[in-house]
This record gives sequence, C-alpha cells and structure tokens, in this order.
Amino acid sequence: MKKILDLLVALGHRFMDFVRYTGGLTILLGQTIFWIPMPPFRRRQIFEQMSRIGVDSLPIVSLISLFTGMVLALQSAYQMQKFSAEMYIASLVAFSMTRELGPVLTALIVAGRVGASITAEVGTMKVTEQIDALETLATNPIKYLVVPRFLALMIMLPLLTLYADMIGVIGGYIIGVYKLGISHAMYMQNTWHPLKYKDLFTGLVKSYFFAIIICIVACYEGMTAEGGAEGVGRSTTSSVVVSFILIIACDCFFTALFYFVMR
Amino acid sequence: MIEIINLCKSFNGHVVLDNLNLAINTGETTVIIGRSGCGKSVLLKNIIGILKPDSGQVLVNGKDVAKMDEKELNVLRLKFGMLFQGAALFDSLNVRENVAFNMLEHMNSSPVEIDKAVKESLALVGLKAIEDKKPAELSGGMRKRVGLARAICIRPQIILYDEPTTGVDPIMGDAINDLIIELHNKLKITSIAVTHDMTSAYKIANRIAMLYNGKIITVGTPDEIKNTKDPIVRQFITGAGKGPITEGIDFEHLIRG
Ligand SMILES: Nc1ncnc2c1ncn2[C@@H]1O[C@H](COP(=O)(O)OP(=O)(O)OP(=O)(O)O)[C@@H](O)[C@H]1O
Ligand SMILES: [Mg+2]
Repeated sequence: MKKILDLLVALGHRFMDFVRYTGGLTILLGQTIFWIPMPPFRRRQIFEQMSRIGVDSLPIVSLISLFTGMVLALQSAYQMQKFSAEMYIASLVAFSMTRELGPVLTALIVAGRVGASITAEVGTMKVTEQIDALETLATNPIKYLVVPRFLALMIMLPLLTLYADMIGVIGGYIIGVYKLGISHAMYMQNTWHPLKYKDLFTGLVKSYFFAIIICIVACYEGMTAEGGAEGVGRSTTSSVVVSFILIIACDCFFTALFYFVMR
Repeated sequence: MIEIINLCKSFNGHVVLDNLNLAINTGETTVIIGRSGCGKSVLLKNIIGILKPDSGQVLVNGKDVAKMDEKELNVLRLKFGMLFQGAALFDSLNVRENVAFNMLEHMNSSPVEIDKAVKESLALVGLKAIEDKKPAELSGGMRKRVGLARAICIRPQIILYDEPTTGVDPIMGDAINDLIIELHNKLKITSIAVTHDMTSAYKIANRIAMLYNGKIITVGTPDEIKNTKDPIVRQFITGAGKGPITEGIDFEHLIRG
C-alpha cells in the first residue's frame, strides 16, 4: 500500500514537473511574440545572429545533405534495379528531401549546433547575474536576448532547409547520373516534373515550427539555468535532448496531418 | 526615501529575510553589514525589484516596487544604479558599450556625448584607455570598477553597491570610498552599500545597519556602532572568533581537521 502511494506521489511530481516545463515554454513563447513588434528593433543583433545561425551552419548542412542525397539514391537503386525502375530514383530523392529529410536533418543540425550555443550563452548570462543586470538597466531580457535569436532562426532555418533540399538533390544527381547512368535530361525531368509546390510548402511549414521549438527550448533552458558552470552544462544537454524530441514529435504530427488532410 | 516593511524572503524553505524593517533616508549613505550568506545581496535585489518578496513591501518614494508594472519599473530603474557583487558585465559587449548601456538603450545620445560620458565615468574609477576591451580581458578588480562606472554613468539618484571595495587593492579601495563620498556630497545621491570592510563602512556611512538572522538588529551612526554594547554587533565589528555569533561552533575542530 505504502509502495503504491509512493509511486503515485513520484508520478505526480513527474507530472507536475512536466506541466511546469511545458507551461514555462508556452509562457516564454507568448512573451516573445508579444515583444517582437515593440521598438527598438535591434537590426544589428538580428543580422549578427542570422550570420551565426545561418551562414556558419552552411558547411555542415552541405556535407550532411549531400551525403544523405547520395545515400538515398544508392539505397533506392538497390531496390529499384529489381524492377528496372531506376528512373524513379530522381523523384524519390526529390520527394524525400523536400518533404522530410531536408527540414528534419537541418533542424537537428541547427538544434545541436545553434540551440546548444544559445543555451550555453544565455545560461552563462543567467548564472553570472548578467540577466539580472539587464533588468536593473531597465531592459527586458526577452526583448534583448530572445527576440533577435527568434527572428534570426525564423528567417534562417527555412532558408537553410531550402538549401539542404537543393544539395540533397545534387547528391542524388551525382549518383544517378555518374554512377547509375541515368541521362541528365531524364534525371532533371523526373526531379522537377512530379515535384509540386505543396511538397516544398509542407517542408517549409515544418521548418518554421522547428525554428520556434529550437529557439524557445534553448532560451528557456538558458534562462532557467542554475548552479554555475555545472548547471549550464546540464541545461545545454537537456536543451539539445528536448529539442530533438520535440522536433521529431512535431515532424510526426505534421507528416500525419499533411498525409490525411492535404492528399 | 526607501522603506522596507516586514520583508520576508525564503528560497525552497530556507528563510533568508525574516520580517526585515529598514528605512533609508534620501541623500544618505546607508551601509549594511552582516556575515557572508546572511542575505545582503538578496536584500539589495528585493529593493530594485529583481527578486519579489514573499511578503512585506519595499516602498520607494511611497510606491510598492513589487506592485509596479513593467513601465513604472523601468522608469524607476533608470533612477537606480546597481553595482553587482560579481560586476555582471555583459561578456558580449566591450567596456564602452557596457558603461554606456543605459545611454545606448534608452537615450538618444550622440556618439560624442556617449564617448565623453564613458571617459568621465571610467576616469572616476581610475581607468582609462580600455574602452575597446572585452570584460574577459580585464582583471577582477578592473571588472568591478567597470561595473561601478556602469552604475554611475547616467548619475542616478539612488545607487546600490554590493561590496564595492572587495577584490580591489587597498589603495584603489580607498579611492572608491572617496568616490562614494564625493557622489554623496556633490550630487546628494542616496546610497546603499553592502560591505564586510569595516574601515570602508566607517568612512563612507552616514548610518550603519547590521543584518543578522534575517533581521536588521541595529541601526546607528558609525560612532554609535563603534561604541555599541550589543555583543553580536561587537563581535562582528571587531572580527572576534569567539562570541555570541559563533556560539556552539568549535573552531578548534576546524584547525585540527
Ligand atoms: N537565487 C537563489 N536561490 C536559492 N538560494 C539563494 C538564491 N540567492 C541567494 N540564496 C541564498 O540566500 C542566502 C543569502 O545569500 P546572499 O547572496 O544574499 O548572501 P550575502 O549576504 O550577500 O553573502 P556574501 O557576503 O557572501 O555576498 C544564501 O544562503 C544563499 O544560499
Ligand atoms: Mg552578497
């Protein structure tokens, strides 16, 4: 009896922690959206963040999407050759990249690279009282720290996603044309022709939501960091883990939604 | 006039401030003394509204800080300057941007005005030609002084100093004492300073208040404090190892390990 009670109590505490966490994320998101239209607009900071988030992520995004495109082409070739249907490799690569792998892979890379660094930076500011100092200088920390990062991610993540789609298709092209001997004209036609506006659109919608997840989780973890360097380390880890989980969950949700609603 | 009425604050059940009462007169320098960890920094943060009291009030010119909305708070905070114990300089900004933060964010000052104000504030704390350095390139004492320069840059009406002389050398420490006195004499600034350094406390204070067990147990002029009969205050200001504060703590055991 006592054991069951203890278990229930522990479960209750877990549940309350979960509610508190999601509540905290939601409140931070609300406050961020509230502060976006308020002056001053920190154009310089937004551009700085855009370059840190977007431009600096280009090499790793290129590398990973190129290889992903190549692997996709090779893997599907293995299956398709059985039916002599190699020409469909092009459309398979294009679909998978734009609808699924482009947005998700880019979001995971950015969550690991940028989300972690946002949490570490904001968390260090929290534990060294810099966030308190901002408040004593009559400056709202959400307006000053979160909003520029939020806007920069909202702009750069979709752009990076489009870029990843393109590089992925190039990867598939390299394998398809140079290894499997599909003609250039055939490959291009099979890439562009079946690809619809809505395939790109679904990918971009996802990447907007991923951008929100990455920024809000990273900033929330940073702003609630406690306990010196160790605490910042812990927050950084959980920032990456939580954004990965939420990105995958959100992706699953949207894929299902688009499948049933927008067929 | 700052009035602190029945202020209570605890963290996870650990009571730090317990029904604390203190009145701070305009234009005076009040020094708060007390042992490490007794809640002096927490008290300062409650005054400026970064921490919210569990119960009780902090009234600045008759208005409750905890009940103000964002706008009122920001107006109030531009009248305040605060030096943090760890300086709390912004790592991503250089010294100029740190010191002129208020001017850059909230005022339409020209670059020339900003440059002049920064140079002046830095000169007051005995620093020059470091405007383009980042905080990470400075020594601990220099950072503290840049923090002080930031706190006084726009000449606020009230300044909160959290241990202004800790971490700087004795000569610089005395220069900072003189600076606090000068700000008080010339600009009639209301100051609240937290310190362990009794020499500094006697020198700068109009009144000294001692924080002990979450309450202010004594308030008096430096002379009154020097000649106090209260055994707790006596032990603190003389720095004696044995006395009512350390009753029941066996230091011998610390030495023997
Ligand atoms: N954010 C916080 N969360 C939990 N406990 C805190 C927090 N801030 C302060 N405390 C606790 O409050 C107590 C008082 O802390 P405070 O920093 O005010 O001490 P202090 O008097 O300034 O000491 P020192 O002279 O060493 O700076 C400490 O026991 C500390 O553990
Ligand atoms: Mg302190």
